[in-house]
Order: sequence, then C-alpha cells, then structure tokens
Amino acid sequence: MNLATSYLGLTLRTPLVASPSPLNADVGHLRRLEDAGIGAVVLPSLFQEQLEAERDRLAAIHAQAADNNPEARGYLADAGLGPYGVGPEGYLDLVRRAKDALDVPVIASINAASVSGWVDYAAMVEEAGADALELNIYYVPVDITQSGAQIEQRYLDVVAAVRRAVSIPVVAKIPSFLSSVGHVVAGLAEEGAAGVVLFNRLIEPDIDLLRLKLSRELELSSPPELRLPLLWIAILYRQVRCSLAASTGVDNAEDVLKLLLAGADVVMTTASILRHGPDHVHTLLDGLRAWLDSRRLDSLDRVRGVMSRSRIKEPGAYERANYISLIQTYSREHR
Amino acid sequence: MTRATMDGNTAVALVAYKLNEICAIYPITPSSTMAELADEWAAEARPNLWGDVPQVQEMQAEGGAAGAVHGALQSGALTTTFTASQCLMLMLPNMYKIAGELTSTVFHVAARSLATSALSIFGDHSDVMAVRASGFALLSSASVQEAHDGALIAQVATLEARVPFLHFFDGFRTSHEINTLDLLDDRTLRTMIDDRLVRAHRARALNPEHPFVRGTAHNPDTFFQAREATNPYYAAVPGIVAAAMERFGGLTGRHYCLFEYEGAPDAERVLVLMGSGAETARETVKYLAARGGKVGVVQVRLYRPFSAEHLLAVLPTTARRIAVLEQTKEPGASGEPLYLDVLAAVSTAVARGARATLPLIVGGRYGLSSKDFTPAMVKAAFDELLAEAPRHGFTAGIEDDVTHLSLSVDPAYSIEPEGTTRAVFFGLGADGTVGANKNSVKIIGEDTPLYAQGYFVYDSHKSGAQTVSHLRFGPQPVHAPYLIFQAEFVACHKFEFLERQDVLRYAAPGAVFLLNAPHAPDQVWHHLPRPVQSAIIDKKLSFYTIDASEAARALGLGFRVNTILQTCFFALAGILPRDEAIARIKDSIRKSYGRAGERVVEMNFAAVDGALERLHKVEVPATIDAGAVELPARVPANAPAFVRDVTARMFAAEGDTIPVSRIPADGTFPSGTSAFEKRNISDTVPEWVADLCIQCGQCSFVCPHAVIRSRYYDDEHLAGAPAEFPSATINTRGYPDTRFTLQLYIEDCTGCGLCVEVCPAHSPIEPDTKALNIVEKRPILDRERENIRFFETLPVNDRARVDSSNVRGVQFLEPLFQFPGACAGCGETPYLRLLSQLFGDRAQIANATGCSSIYGGNLPVTPWGVNHEGRGPAWSNSLFEDNAEFGLGFRLAADQHLALAHKLLAALAPKVGEDLAREIVTAPQIEETEIRRQRERVAALKVKLLALGESDETAANLLSVVDHLVRRSIWIVGGDGWAYDIGYGGLDHVLAQGRNVNVLVLDTEVYSNTGGQSSKATPLGAVAKFAAAGKRTPRKDLALLAIAYGNIYVAQVAMGANPQHTLQAFREAEAYDGPSLILAYSHCIAHGIDMRQGLHQQELATQSGYWPLFRFNPALRKVGANPFSLDSLGPSIPFKDYAYNEIRYRSLVETDPESAASLLAGAQKWVREKYMQYEDLAARDGSRFTIDPHGDETEA
Repeated sequence: MNLATSYLGLTLRTPLVASPSPLNADVGHLRRLEDAGIGAVVLPSLFQEQLEAERDRLAAIHAQAADNNPEARGYLADAGLGPYGVGPEGYLDLVRRAKDALDVPVIASINAASVSGWVDYAAMVEEAGADALELNIYYVPVDITQSGAQIEQRYLDVVAAVRRAVSIPVVAKIPSFLSSVGHVVAGLAEEGAAGVVLFNRLIEPDIDLLRLKLSRELELSSPPELRLPLLWIAILYRQVRCSLAASTGVDNAEDVLKLLLAGADVVMTTASILRHGPDHVHTLLDGLRAWLDSRRLDSLDRVRGVMSRSRIKEPGAYERANYISLIQTYSREHR
Repeated sequence: MTRATMDGNTAVALVAYKLNEICAIYPITPSSTMAELADEWAAEARPNLWGDVPQVQEMQAEGGAAGAVHGALQSGALTTTFTASQCLMLMLPNMYKIAGELTSTVFHVAARSLATSALSIFGDHSDVMAVRASGFALLSSASVQEAHDGALIAQVATLEARVPFLHFFDGFRTSHEINTLDLLDDRTLRTMIDDRLVRAHRARALNPEHPFVRGTAHNPDTFFQAREATNPYYAAVPGIVAAAMERFGGLTGRHYCLFEYEGAPDAERVLVLMGSGAETARETVKYLAARGGKVGVVQVRLYRPFSAEHLLAVLPTTARRIAVLEQTKEPGASGEPLYLDVLAAVSTAVARGARATLPLIVGGRYGLSSKDFTPAMVKAAFDELLAEAPRHGFTAGIEDDVTHLSLSVDPAYSIEPEGTTRAVFFGLGADGTVGANKNSVKIIGEDTPLYAQGYFVYDSHKSGAQTVSHLRFGPQPVHAPYLIFQAEFVACHKFEFLERQDVLRYAAPGAVFLLNAPHAPDQVWHHLPRPVQSAIIDKKLSFYTIDASEAARALGLGFRVNTILQTCFFALAGILPRDEAIARIKDSIRKSYGRAGERVVEMNFAAVDGALERLHKVEVPATIDAGAVELPARVPANAPAFVRDVTARMFAAEGDTIPVSRIPADGTFPSGTSAFEKRNISDTVPEWVADLCIQCGQCSFVCPHAVIRSRYYDDEHLAGAPAEFPSATINTRGYPDTRFTLQLYIEDCTGCGLCVEVCPAHSPIEPDTKALNIVEKRPILDRERENIRFFETLPVNDRARVDSSNVRGVQFLEPLFQFPGACAGCGETPYLRLLSQLFGDRAQIANATGCSSIYGGNLPVTPWGVNHEGRGPAWSNSLFEDNAEFGLGFRLAADQHLALAHKLLAALAPKVGEDLAREIVTAPQIEETEIRRQRERVAALKVKLLALGESDETAANLLSVVDHLVRRSIWIVGGDGWAYDIGYGGLDHVLAQGRNVNVLVLDTEVYSNTGGQSSKATPLGAVAKFAAAGKRTPRKDLALLAIAYGNIYVAQVAMGANPQHTLQAFREAEAYDGPSLILAYSHCIAHGIDMRQGLHQQELATQSGYWPLFRFNPALRKVGANPFSLDSLGPSIPFKDYAYNEIRYRSLVETDPESAASLLAGAQKWVREKYMQYEDLAARDGSRFTIDPHGDETEA
C-alpha cells in the first residue's frame, strides 16, 4: 500500500503530520511518533514575543538583585545570566536533536512579532537543520482602521521576506478569519510559500465571571471543527500552486480520509495524539489502509481530491445553498 | 602586561586561584567575592598554574574552613582561604597551629572591623591586628595593583620561609574599589614560583609510606623550647620577602620594599602607616614635599615579622617627630600595636647607639569602619606634629568632644592633580547606576590611554537604597583611595534625593550638574528645593536635565535608565570626544547584551542615540525663586530628642559630622526609629476600597513592611475625621456601631504588591479590581498623610479582646516590627512582624547576624518598635555563630531572675499581700487575657514595692527583677546559614537542653545577606554562589533532626501556603513549655523570582510536596495522640512546576542542561520520598516516638 505523499516538495512516507504540540519538544515523543508511522513532525512554535517578554522579565529579576547592597555583588550566581532556555538557543538545540534522532522530515515553526524577527529566526532554524519552516502567522486585527487588504498584505509580506531569507521550503499556517481565504492562499503561493496550513486555530479568551478577568484555557479541537478546513481544502484543491495541509478537528481515520478526499496533501493532528497517545498514529494509518484496501486501491494518490469542489459533479453543494437545505433537514429530524 | 580594571577582590583572587590546589571557603563581607570567583572558575574548570582545576570547598564556618585548610596543608596541597573580620577570629586557633607547624600558606584577608558595641561590615585593621600574635606573617597591600602583586609575593615568600602569610588589604576601600592595573601573566607567576619549594611542601606532608606524628602534646619540659625553635624561620622572613620583592620588581618593573619611604630626604615630621591610608599619605607627602615641606611617610608592607632593621634603614635620621597612624583601636593599651613596634624599634636603636636622637613618637587613629581618610587628615596629622606638645592617641576624621583627641581638619584641603576628572552619581539601588558606572570605568580604563577609578557607597537598606558612585578619570594612575568631595560632574538619578540630602555638596564650583527629573526642562528649576537652587547659583553650576525615566519607558527599556544617563555623562563630562565615547558605549552594550539578542542591543543603541536629544541645558536664573520649595523636615517635630538630634542627621547622610558625645558608648540605641524615616521609595502603592473589603486581615498578615494597619472603633470616633477618611462597618455580627478602617502607611510602602496578590476580595462589577489596588502615590499622598494622622488618634484595640488565634484577629494587634529596610516583598519579615504582634510586648530576641540583623538593626533604622504602652521586643545581635547560645543565655537569666523574684516575693508576701503574691506565682499566663491580668497584678505589686521605700532592700531587689514575673518570651531568630551551618552545633545543643526557648529559622535556603551563597538548606539542583555548578546534595532535614529528640516542638510553615497554619504554629511553639523550632519558608530575592509572586511560590512549594507543612507537638503525647501532624496535602503538581519559576533552578538549564535534567529528576525523587517519610510519621501510633525521659506522656 503506497501512502507516500509529496508535501512542500518533500517526500513523506505517509500523509499524517504531527502538528505543533508541547509534547513535540520531547525527542522521545517524536521518536514514538516516527515509530508509529508519522510522515513528518512540526516542532512546537518558537514565539518571539513570548521569548522576549520572558527575557525581559528575567532581566528585571536580575536587575532587582544587582548593585543595591554593599554586602552582595548581586544575589544570583553570575554563571546564570540567562536566558535560561528562553532564548532561541534552546529551540535551535531541539531542532538539531530532532534532526539527529529522526528520519522523517522535521519542520520547525516560528511566530514572530516583527518582519525582522521572522527573518532572523527563520535563518536560525534553517541553520539548525530544519527540513522546512512553518510560519505560525496570525494577527488579531484590533485596530479597526486596518482594512482586510492591509491585514492580508501583512501575511504576504512575512512570507515574501522569509522566502528571501531561507532556501528551505516555507509553509504558512493561517487563520480562517480572512475575507477571502482563497485569494490569500493564492497570494501566499505567489510569494513563494511551498504550502499553506488550513487553519491556525486560535485560543480566544474566555471571561472568568468570579474574578472578572480574562481567562484562557486550551480545549482540544474536536471533529465538528474539521468542516472548515475541509470546505476550504475542497475549494482550493488544484486551484493554488502549493501544498495544502489540513489541520484542526482530526480524531479518527475517517476524519483523515475526509480531508484527503477533499484534497489535502497532508493531514495534521495534535488533539488526537494528545487524547490517545502517539500510537494513535498507527490506528489512523491502519484505518486509512483498511479503507483503501476495501476499495482495492493500492495508492492514496488515486483518491486524493476526489471529493474536492472541482471533482464533484455538483460543486454548488460546497456553496451557500447547502446551508439552506441543511437547516431544513435539521428541522425535520428534530421536530 | 595586560591592562585591566577590576576590584581588589578580583585582582587577588586571580592570583590566589592560580597558585593553589585547594580553596576552603565561607562567605563573609567584604571577602566573599574572592571565594565566589574561585568557585565560579572551578565550575568552569579553569586551570591553575599547573594546569589543574583547584578544588573549592565551602565549609560550615570559618573555623571549619581553617580546619580544612590545616588538613589540606598537612596533606601537602597548596591551600588558601579568603576571609575577614569575625571569621578571621574563628580561624585563630588553627592559625596558631598552622604557624606553629611552619606550614606554607597564604590567607587573603579583606580587612574589616570587628564587631564591638556594633557590627560593621566596613574596613579597618582590627581583625588583622587581633591575629598578629598567631605567628602568621602579615603582608599589607595598599591598592588594587598592590593587592594583586602582594598575593604573588606572599605565596613566593611563604613557600621559601615556611612561615604562613596573611595577606591583607583594606575591606571595601581596596577590595571593592575598581581601578586600573597591570595584570600578572602566567609567565611571571611561573618565574616567581619555584616548583622545588612546592615539592618540598608536599614532601613535608603526612604520608603513611614514611610516617611521623605532628600535633603532639608537650609537657613543661619541652613546649617552651619548641616555640623558640621557630626563631630562625621568622628571622629569615624579612630577607626572603625583600628578595622576592626585588625579583618581582625586576620582572614587572613594580618595585616594593618592606618599608617604603616617600618624602623629603631630610624630613623632620614623618608618618608611619599601612594599608590604603598609606597611599593617601604618600600622595599628600609628595604634594607637601614638592612645596618645600620637610615631611615624609613610611608605608609598612611587611608588618609581621616586624623588621626594625628595615624600618630604620628608611626612616630619615632627621625625623624629629613621628606619628604612627593606625586603623584599629586597642582600648586600654598604651598605644596601638604599630605605634608600640615603631617606638620599640626607634628607642632601642637610640639606646643601643645606632641612632643619635630619639624623636617624639605619638600614635593616632583613623579610618575605623572605612571612615574616609583624606589628604586633609594627613595634613592635619603633620600639623599636629608641629604643635608644642603633639597629642598621643589623637584621632583623625571625627569630632571627639568627649576626650578631645580629634584633629582639626580643613574640609577644603585638596591635593587632587590637575587633569583628573571627578564625577559623583546618586542612584537608586538596582536602577543600574552602579552597573553603568562600573562599565564606564571599564570602558575608559581598558580601552583608552586614561586611568580610571570607581568606588561605590551604599546605604544600609536592601530596598530603595541610595548608591553614591565616586569616579575618577585621568592621564595618570589614580592613587586616591578616598571619596570625592569636589567633583566636576554631579549626577542625581532620582529627583527625590534632592529633598533628602545635600547632593550638591559634592559639586566643585563651575561643575556640571545632571538631574534626572520628571519635569519639563522649562519647569524643572521651579521644582528644585531652595537650597538646591541656591547651590546651583552660588557655585555657578552648569545645570542639565533629562527625564530619563520617561525616555527609558518610551524607548522600551522599562525602568532601566542607566544607558541613557551614562550617555549623558559621557556627553557632558568631556572625558572622551563625544563620537568616540558613543562608539565605545555601543561596543560595551554589544558586549554586555549581545547574549540577550539583537533586539536588546538595538534598544540600548536607540537609548544612546535618543539620550542626547532629550538632554536639555537649563538656563539658571540669577536669583532663587521667591516661592522656592522648602526642604521638608527630616523627622517630625514630635520625634524624640535623640531621633531629632542624631538619627535625623544619619538619615540625611550627615552621620560623619555627629560628635562622639552624641553616640551611646555601649551600643544602646532607641527602638523604633524606622517610624520616622518616611523614605517614600515607591511611586506606586496600594489603595484600599472600603466597600469591597471583607476585612479578612490577609493583606496585613503578609505585608513585609508592616504598612497595613487595621483598627476597629466606635462610630463616634469618626467625629472630626478627614473628609476622605475611609471606614466601613465591621462585618462581625452584633456590632452595628463598630467601624473598621484599613490604613496604608504609603510613605513607608515599598510597593511590593504582595497585599494585592493575596487580597481575595474582587469587585463584582469592575474588572481586575480588588479591595486593594496599586495606584500612583503622588495624587493620594497628602490625603493619606492626613488619614494616617487621624488613624493614629483612634484607640488601639485591646489585645485581650482580640482573637489572636485567627488571621483575621491578628490584624488588630500592633506590629512592633515595622518599616524595615528589607527587600521589597521580603519573605522573612512577615514572620517577624507576626512574632512582634503576638508576643512582642514581652519578647526578648536573640538575632543571628544576617539579613534579619541588618534590616533589623543597621543604624539609623531600628524597625523593632514599642507599643502604645511603651513595651516592645528587646532585641540584640551577638554574632553569627553563637545565636542559639546567646538566646539560651537570655533564658537562663530569665529563669534565674524569675526564681529570685519568686523567692523575694514569698519573703515580702506579708507586706504586699498573701493573695496577690500567691496569684502572681500561680496564675496561668498562656492566653492574652491571662497575660493582661498578670500585668495588672505586677503593676499593683510595683506600687506596693515602691511604697515600701528604698530602705527596704528586699523590695528594692524585687523591683530589680520584678518584670520577669510577666512570662518572658525568648526568641532565637536567624537564617538558614546560621541554623543549618555555622550555628548548628550550638542550635542543636540549645534545643537539647529542654529549656523554653523559641527558635525561628527564616529559611531562604541560602546565605541571603552576603549575596546568596549555598548553605546546607540549599536544595538539590539549585544554583547558588559557592554552588555555581548546582547543589549536588539535598537540603538537610533540620526538622527531622530536631524531632528525633522527642521533646522539641517542631513546625514547618509557609505563610503563602497556609497563613492560619503559620499562626497556629507560632502560638503553639510559644505556649509550649520547652524548646521550639519553627522553619519558615522565606522566599527571597536570591531565588531569582518576581518578588510579587513570592507567596504564590510558597504555595507551589507546598503543593509540589517540596515544602510540606507539619507540626510536631510533644504536648500531644500527654493525651496519647500522635504528636506529628502533616498539615498539607500530598504533592499535586510536579516539582518542576514550582522550581522552574525560579532562576536559581533555571540557571543550570542554561549552563549545564544535562546536569539540570538529572538533578531535576533527582530532586523530584527526593521530594516524593521525603513526603512519604512524613506520611509515615503522621500515620504512626502516638506511642511510637522517642521517649522524653522527663516528659509525662502516656506509657508506650
């Protein structure tokens, strides 16, 4: 059974990719994923802003303890002047260790706060040996004077700048709240993105009613969320000149299949691995193979995109009319 | 030769580390840095001269360090130690042994005062003079360069002479002065050190292959001869040292002598002295001699063995009058030691005909505790020698209006050379001023042809301390080991300092004055206090201003104003061309911040570029503003006389001018002076929202500075309250007319924010609003001053009516420990404040040296206070090592005098009333109500005793001990350095005596006061100084050791994890009639945490199982119950989730990730197993604990 997949110009042995999760910072975990059949791994994101805020916080802690008393040069051992693993060094070391330990491609991921940050960190991870680089891009456009076009241009600028700085493939992971997702994806491909991940799942804040504070708790994605990437992948399949990765909402082999049939080159998952453990990759792949087997197919490529908008007979089903009929169906069933 | 700038400690450590195989270390100011560096270098595997990494071993005390040194020496290793002051005293017995056995070693000492009526961390020669009889040779170095060189010369000499050397240099003045020097290279060290002598040293070691015994005991028949047998070795030392100095001079061009003369060849008046003062004297003599003065000075380098021959060889025969100046005091002696040596040498020479005439020789004292010693004082000493009858035993640098021995000194006298630029900077501790100035010294001293010197003066507060940096730059080496008093550049980096003291007294006429001010350039003048305006006009100062704080914020640098102000300094001082200066600052920024990333570097570059745009010259008006601001009074007019006359002058940095008569001769000072200081160090403070407050008392319970006070009072007291005085109905049922106010003493607040963090009361409608919120202080300052004034008129709540068994009740007890100068958010002080609230009015406290003795009793601030009845904690600090014993002494005396009082009372019962006498002896005194009743009985007794008149001897005797009839609460307080290490033997002994003492260990898990050195309380895997590679052993379980005795009350508490538990433990410990030990988790700045999260860290420590809460109460055995109660739940979070919030743990991730990972795993395992141990104890049957033979527990 041939599950080999081309993604970002890389050849993957299977179409499953472990999307960034905190567990991916553990090389042992990555090895278990590889053993279970993962096609590639994406390392957790290096967040420039968080890293610099942490660095500033530690610098402030150091400063509070320096030169304020005749009896002490400072209160912390000079040997530890930081950045205590919060600098990029720790991350770059992870890239190196992951590369050493794995045979499957290792994709680094960064989130930067400035164009220079994107470029600098991109160069660093390339230098460290990453096979590809995922740009974890999102802006919450709180400034309402910014137009959709202006926001979208920022996405394009980041990809263009990084593309100029590195030679490894670059993939943009974008959020769904863009006025014209397809236009943006096409633009990103135009700027040199080798692929696009649909979508970046943001953790919006919640309100703590007791303390009247914002709270932020992570909830793993669930299968109903799969529909949005499925829709856009189905629409974009064969319409854009870059790889398409589906992310969000994958739990079982059926979910994987649906996204592949919609046209995804690869399917990413974190939630299912967090829920079921790294061996779950095995289960997903077995399910995939069983389905292909049952249809006597020996290659995944035969079915990829068969359910895309361009391949189905009634492309309109992916459009608004679909919505009206669904409501009608729902109403009938729940009457 | 490599030119460098560094402090004396570093300069010495560089050589000592290279020339030794073993360093046995222990922290003590001001020598700690040498030991820290040795430990760091060893952790980096830096090799010594022979290519090996020396072993650096921290010991439990200096006595231990000396023992380890002795052992290593006897085993043939080249061994050294670094020490000072009290710790040198602890080495003394071993020094006699080491010298007696003719053992080659060098001890490097940053000479420091010995504690007498007061401790002082500062420099003088009282410590080294106290060991002059030990048999160690004493070699004195007077400057950073000399100390660097002297470290080598001493090592060379000791190897050849076999006499051990104590190489000393002045604490702070040399150990902490940064100066330009030429570094010795390895080639020079190699050439100077003769490896044959190293091998000879090894050959003398104990060795079973050719055994002998050393360290025998003698009888009267041979001991004396053995002592005399060493004479030839001592006789040879001066020649050996002189030869070593000569060889050294040949190699380096720096020539030293045992005694070095400077001055006119035909000098008539000569000074003799050693240490950095000699450098000042030599420079002054050069100045005077160049102007025709027939004066000279002899600098003593080798003090022991004292070579009269070498002294006389340099002392001009023309000298008619000699003054021997010493930085030590020997009360009752006919003169200080060096004086007696010089007198003996010269008079013997005259008597034996080697010299024709005997000059008049007098002694004088200067520089005790780093009192500045200036050219003016040198000049004054020479002037004294011109007097008809020069005084013997004169003093320089103080005003002695009691015994009138002080010299009159011309404050304006200066010899500072042309071409030197002098700059003085006033900064706030930790604002980066000192760091930036050290950096400036380095930039100029190392990268330009100029020479540079930096010296830094701090006040004694650990939060909001004021720093004064004294910097000199010039084309010649800077030989000026004294403070600047006429500076060409004065910078004040915090506007408020202008209101506290005379900053511009340092400004020379025409100087540049740079002020960091939060005011517009055209407005700043009008905000200056009148005396500042006056000084600027009178001295014709060029006045510049910048709002560096705002600039730093705008440029993204937060509170770090250092780069901005450093740039302004370089731009204004003109030491380097402006462009060159900026380029060098940027180079230095890249070096300092490169590791932190390009963004940080660029931000600092932007600060450099942005600084000059924001710097403004202020046009100085010809006259003072008509309505210029007057300086506020230093202390309130109603302050006690001593505070007004003495303490206030110390607050204003004018302590140097206080005459002898005003200083208590026996070290007795008034309590509670902190109440008068009003430092106003924080711009932001908490504000109370009365209608949100649930009056739980948690905020005041955790406040490290006791600035949160609560009172309840009748409604009627609000008559006359200020309009904005906040008040709420007390939320206890049944008191509708009772009001509650939480008053914040915002002028004393450090803004640490612990109260806001702990406040549980959230607004139901306003986001992020609690009953306490941090706000800007200035807008509410006047209002709150008014409110505090009124609050203090409210009646103090009756202790007997307050329920002090819960946290809520404690807030109504007067804190008798307030406004200490501890770090903002200190984790120790809340425990002390609690102690003072619960027991302060009858507590006697023995306080080990450490943070708690410094913020607890470093003048001028005394935070231990008195209550409205005049009672309060009686507090004293003896030493570091003896605190438990000191406190036991309190107990012994209290018990003895209580017994005496009972006996006398029994005898007087017929006169004072049998019932009263009986009640006094038998009444219980545990609860506050019982204490209150006892106080009333004792008061009644006193009245009766006084009525009996002075003629009644028994009554008079009873009056002298009558106060003991109120149960005294004896507390022994200290940190973990004391309890786990240096004082452990004593603590163990005291606990084992079964006496009623209460021991409180403020456990920060490091030696906090000296900068965070590892103690045996330091946890596995944490990085601390002296454990630069991470601590490899778990912390000592002091609690279990104490529990093993069976009759000791033991509690482990963490206020942040459970305040009620802490309160319960304190009350039980105090009530227990036997020894008690409380281990109190104290978060600390040395943990590398955001101090505002300190209480949260305590909670996490407990949640992780690292710091379980428990109590072992032997009293429970009386009822057959298990005395051990595990009071916190099992581990609910991984140890890492607690530990990795702290830099002390994370440091190792940076420097040695593999060790960090394995130590973390080990620490987690230790936590688990330790917790299981405690669980086992808690699950035991009550009978299964060590039997207290004197206890009356139920039969097992």
